[in-house]
Amino acid sequence: MVRAGTTSTGARVDDVRRVLATVTDPEIPVLTIDDLGVLRDVSVDDTGRVSVTITPTYSGCPAMDTIRADIIAALHDAGYAEVDVRLVLAPAWTTDWMSADGRRKLVEYGVAPPSGRAPVRGGPVRLDLTVRCPQCGSPDTQEVSRFGSTACKSHWSCRSCLEPFDHFKAL
Amino acid sequence: MTAPAPDATVVSTYALRLGDDALVLAQRLSAWSSRAHDLEEDIALTNIGLDLLGQARSLLTYAGEVEGAGRTEDDLAYLREEREFVNCQLVEQPNGDFAQTVARQLYFSTWQLALWEALLGSADETLAAVAGKAVKEADYHRDHAVQWTLRLGDGTPESHDRMQAGLDRLWPFVGELFEVDEVESSLVAAGVAVDSAALRPSWDGFVDGVLAEATLTRPSDPWTATGGRRGIHSESFGYLLAEMQHLHRSHPGATW
Repeated sequence: MVRAGTTSTGARVDDVRRVLATVTDPEIPVLTIDDLGVLRDVSVDDTGRVSVTITPTYSGCPAMDTIRADIIAALHDAGYAEVDVRLVLAPAWTTDWMSADGRRKLVEYGVAPPSGRAPVRGGPVRLDLTVRCPQCGSPDTQEVSRFGSTACKSHWSCRSCLEPFDHFKAL
Repeated sequence: MTAPAPDATVVSTYALRLGDDALVLAQRLSAWSSRAHDLEEDIALTNIGLDLLGQARSLLTYAGEVEGAGRTEDDLAYLREEREFVNCQLVEQPNGDFAQTVARQLYFSTWQLALWEALLGSADETLAAVAGKAVKEADYHRDHAVQWTLRLGDGTPESHDRMQAGLDRLWPFVGELFEVDEVESSLVAAGVAVDSAALRPSWDGFVDGVLAEATLTRPSDPWTATGGRRGIHSESFGYLLAEMQHLHRSHPGATW
């Protein structure tokens, strides 16, 4: 059932966005690409051709190739025959684009969300706000290593409940 | 008077230089996987390598596009001969012990962070966009190198001596980072490239500060290696290339 034709472009863009809401980060399956701020723009031309613009989180993040494939697959399944996924580098992605919903889902998933705003380039002091333990909520936590299981996360542990956890680095 | 639009092949060469720096260092860092002294460091070094590889992919892709001969990032990474690689010689130096790797990171990340910060204002949109991403990552890379230089330098007598030896051994490869040839000078005039020589004072200031705090001494070997930007590489580079290109060359067109 091809979706082009009668429905207005606006309605079709909303439909595409609804479909894209099912596309998540393969490393953090609770976060959609919209939650993450990776999804930048969606447009549908009058022939029904869909153009999706995404921005990579980290330069080397291997998930971007998977996300691109998942976007195309999801839209094909939803009846959009022609899909074009464009990667845009500028402006650079920042954790400030992560939605409040995304941050809440991270905590439930057991990952501490980025704390505070991304450090201002060239600012005098790198401001590291307290990182709360996603298991017990305690602020008494410590960074074990700046580099965690993926490019976007650092490794922390909680001094209250002694649980290790990942922290989504502010960038 | 707007500067003349730079020649495409010159921009391609410049992007290739920055891309090869990141690609070759990523290859060196990946060799630490499963060999670091603890899991956190294993992940940190390979994570830094992953960031660099991501930068290399963008830069090589762009270099291929601008060159206009249809070469992809894979063609450039896997099918060039040694003399066609234009990375500085510092990044191809062997890992040595952990201290030598930290020394290489300190020298390179301090330079690369300054380079990306300067390229944020490049007249070339793609280079400025790559810089916008890379500067945030290079900040973490430099911070990692500084923390370890301090920990090793101001640590035990052995960690101090090993760190000093690493700094001394790699010092001859620092000068090349700040060399400016006609490729770069023409692009500096066009507002595209960074005048590397202008980065030296702040580089010296930063590194000297770290070495002082780490109770280490600034090496003074007058000899400076050069030639990487013209395809001349040190003895260990051929082995690195053979390992990096082996799969692609023995199974042409292989894909995941």
